[in-house]
Amino acid sequence: MSSTQALLAPSLPSQLINLLAAVMLLIAFAMLAQRRVLTLINLFAVQGLILTASTLLVAWTTSQPHLYWSALITLVLKVLVLPLILHRLIRKLNVKWDVETLIKIPTTMIVGIVLVILSFNLALPISALSGTVARGTLGIAIAIVLLAFLMMITRSKAVPQVIGFLAMENGLFFAATSATYGMPMVVELGIALDVLIGMVILGVFFFQIRERFDSLDIRHLEKLKED
Amino acid sequence: MEIFLVLGSPLLGGVLLALWGHRARAAELNVAMSCITFLAAALLTWRVIANGPMITADAQFAVDALNVFLVALTAFVAMTTAIFSRPYMRIEAAHGRLTDGRLRLYHAMYQLFTFTMLLVLLTNNLGILWVATEAATLTTVLLVSLYRTPASLEAAWKYFILCGVGIAQALFGTILLYFAAERVLGAGGDALLWTRLSAVSGSLEPTVISIAFVFLLVGYGTKVGLVPLHNWLPDAHAEGPTPVSAVLSGLLLNVALYALVRCKVLVDGSLQSPFAGNLLMGFGLLSVVVAAFFLSRQRDIKRLFAYSSIEHMGLITFAFGMGGPIASFAGLLHMTVHSLTKSAIFFAVGHATQKAGTQIIDEIQGLMKVNPTVGWGLLLGSLAILGMPPFGVFASEFLILTDAMRHQPWATPILLISLAVAFAAVISKVQPMVFGHPRTDTPLKRLPFTPAQIPLYVHLSIVLMLGLYIPPPLAEWYRQAARLIG
Repeated sequence: MSSTQALLAPSLPSQLINLLAAVMLLIAFAMLAQRRVLTLINLFAVQGLILTASTLLVAWTTSQPHLYWSALITLVLKVLVLPLILHRLIRKLNVKWDVETLIKIPTTMIVGIVLVILSFNLALPISALSGTVARGTLGIAIAIVLLAFLMMITRSKAVPQVIGFLAMENGLFFAATSATYGMPMVVELGIALDVLIGMVILGVFFFQIRERFDSLDIRHLEKLKED
Repeated sequence: MEIFLVLGSPLLGGVLLALWGHRARAAELNVAMSCITFLAAALLTWRVIANGPMITADAQFAVDALNVFLVALTAFVAMTTAIFSRPYMRIEAAHGRLTDGRLRLYHAMYQLFTFTMLLVLLTNNLGILWVATEAATLTTVLLVSLYRTPASLEAAWKYFILCGVGIAQALFGTILLYFAAERVLGAGGDALLWTRLSAVSGSLEPTVISIAFVFLLVGYGTKVGLVPLHNWLPDAHAEGPTPVSAVLSGLLLNVALYALVRCKVLVDGSLQSPFAGNLLMGFGLLSVVVAAFFLSRQRDIKRLFAYSSIEHMGLITFAFGMGGPIASFAGLLHMTVHSLTKSAIFFAVGHATQKAGTQIIDEIQGLMKVNPTVGWGLLLGSLAILGMPPFGVFASEFLILTDAMRHQPWATPILLISLAVAFAAVISKVQPMVFGHPRTDTPLKRLPFTPAQIPLYVHLSIVLMLGLYIPPPLAEWYRQAARLIG
C-alpha cells in the first residue's frame, strides 16, 4: 500500500502535469472565444505542443518507452504537419482573415463552464480507480473534448469546425495518456493515420465546397431539409 | 492465410485501380478484384466451418462464427454491387454527370471501402476496429460528394462531421475500455484484444465499463444510423451514386452494428445485468418508430429507402438488445436478408432513376410499362423489405415479434404499429411508381448501356429462398453466432 500512498502525494512531476493540463484547458477556452481563423490555427498548434510536453513528462516519470513515440507522433502531426496544412489551406482558399461574427462569446463561455463542471463529475469515479500520475487530469481531458464539441456546434465556417474536430482529438489523446499511459502503439499509429488522411480528404473537400459555393460558410450547406 | 487474401485483394485492388486510372476496363478490373475477394471470403468461410474458429497473426485477427458470416455477406454484396455498378457508372458518365478522374476515384475508393469493412470484421483488436471504422467513413466521404452538386457536398459534409464526432465518442469509449482492461490484463497491445477481453470480462470494472459502453453506443450507433443520431444517413444515401447507397445501406450499417455487438458482449460479461441490452432495445425501438413515421413524408425515392434502412437497423438492434438464442438468431437472419433486399432495391431504384432522370417519386411513374424488369424488381424488393411472406424478411420479423411477445410484451404493439405504418407509407409510394401511368410529357431516354439486372434477381432469389427454407448448415451457423452474442 505504501507505493500507492507515495503516488497519492502530489509529486513535482504530477504537479507539473496538472499545470500543463490547466494550460490546455485555458487554450480550449481561448479557442472557444477566438473569432479569427488564423489565430485559431496557432492556438491549435500551441495546444498540440503542450500535449507533447505533458506526454513527454508522463513518459519520463513513468519510464514508459512507447509514450516517447506517442509524444513524437503528436509533435510531428499536431504541431507541425496539421497546422502547416491548415495554414496552406487558408492561404490558398483566401480565408486567412476570415472573422466569425455571429457567435455570442459570453453565452458560449458560460455553457463551457457548465461543461467543465459536468466533465469533472463524470471523471470522478474513473480517476478514483486510476493509478497513473496524471489521473487528476482526466476531468480536464473530458472537458477539452466537450469544449471542442461546443466549438464545432457554434461555428458556421468550415475551417473552425475542423479545428474543433482536431482539438477534440487532442482531448482524447490527453485522456488516453492521463487515464492509461497511452493506447497500444499500433492503435496510436492507426489513429494518427486516420487523422492525417481525414485532413487530406477535407482539404480536397474544401476546394469542392469553394468551387461550388464561392465561400466556405457552411450556412450554404443547410438546404437539405429534415423531412 | 485466407485472412490475408481476403484483406489483401481489396487493398491491392484499391492501389491498382488508383494507378490504372480511367483506362479502358477499369470497371471490369473492379469487378474482378471484388470477385477475388469474394472467392477468398468463401474459402475462409469454408475453412472456419471445417476447422472451427481461428486466431492468427499474434492474435491480431480472429475469425469465429459471428464475423465469418458477415465477412461472407460483405464480400458477396460488394461483388454484386461491383457488377451492378459497371453499367450504372458508365451510364452516369455518358449522361455527363461524372468525369474520368472521378470514375477513377470511385473505383479506387470502392475497393478501399471494402477493405476497411473487412478489416473491421476480421480484426481482434478493438483499437484497430475503431481505426478501420473511421477509415470506412473517410473512404466514403468523397464518394458521397462524387457528383459535386451542392446537395451532395452538403450531404458529404454532414456525413463527415456527424460521423467524425460520433466516432470520436467511440474512441473515448475504447480508451475507457482499455483503461478497465489494463487493470486486469496489464498494459500493452494484448489488453485490447477481444478474445482476451471476453475471457476475463467478468473481472472488468463495472462502473468504467458501463460509462465506456454509453460512449461506444453513441459512437458506433451514429454509424448504425440509430435515432437520434441518424441525420447524416438519408442525405448520404440520397445524394451519393446509387452503388454507394447500396453498399452503405447493405454493408456499412451492418459492420457498425457488428462493432457495437462485440462491445455489448464484453459489457454483458462485466455487468451481469441487462444494462447494455436495455440501452440497445431503447435506441432500437426509437429508431423503428421514428423512421416508420418519417417514411410517409419522403418525396425522394432514395431517401424513402434510406429511412427504411434506419427502421430495419433499429429492429435488428432491438433484437440484439433483447438477446437470447431466438432473438439473436432472428437478428442475424434479419441482418442478412435486409442487406440483400436493400441492396437489390437500390439496384432497381438506380435504374429507375436513370431512366426517368430524377429521384422524385411523383415523377417516376408506371415502371411496369416502361421497363418491366426494373418494375418487377422494385415491386418484389419492396414487398420483401416490408416483410411480406414468403420472403426471408417475413421469417426474421416474425421471429423477432414472437420472441418480443414472450420476453418484452410491452414492445410488441409499438413494433407492430410501426411496421404497419411503414407498410402503408412505402406501399402507397411504390404502387403508383410501378403500376401508375407513365408521364407522357417526359420522353424516355434509351440508356446507352444495358443495365445489369442479374444481381437484383440473384439477391431477391436468395431472400426468397431464406424465407422458404434455411439450409441446415446455415441455420447451425446462425445458431453458433447467436450463442456468441448471448
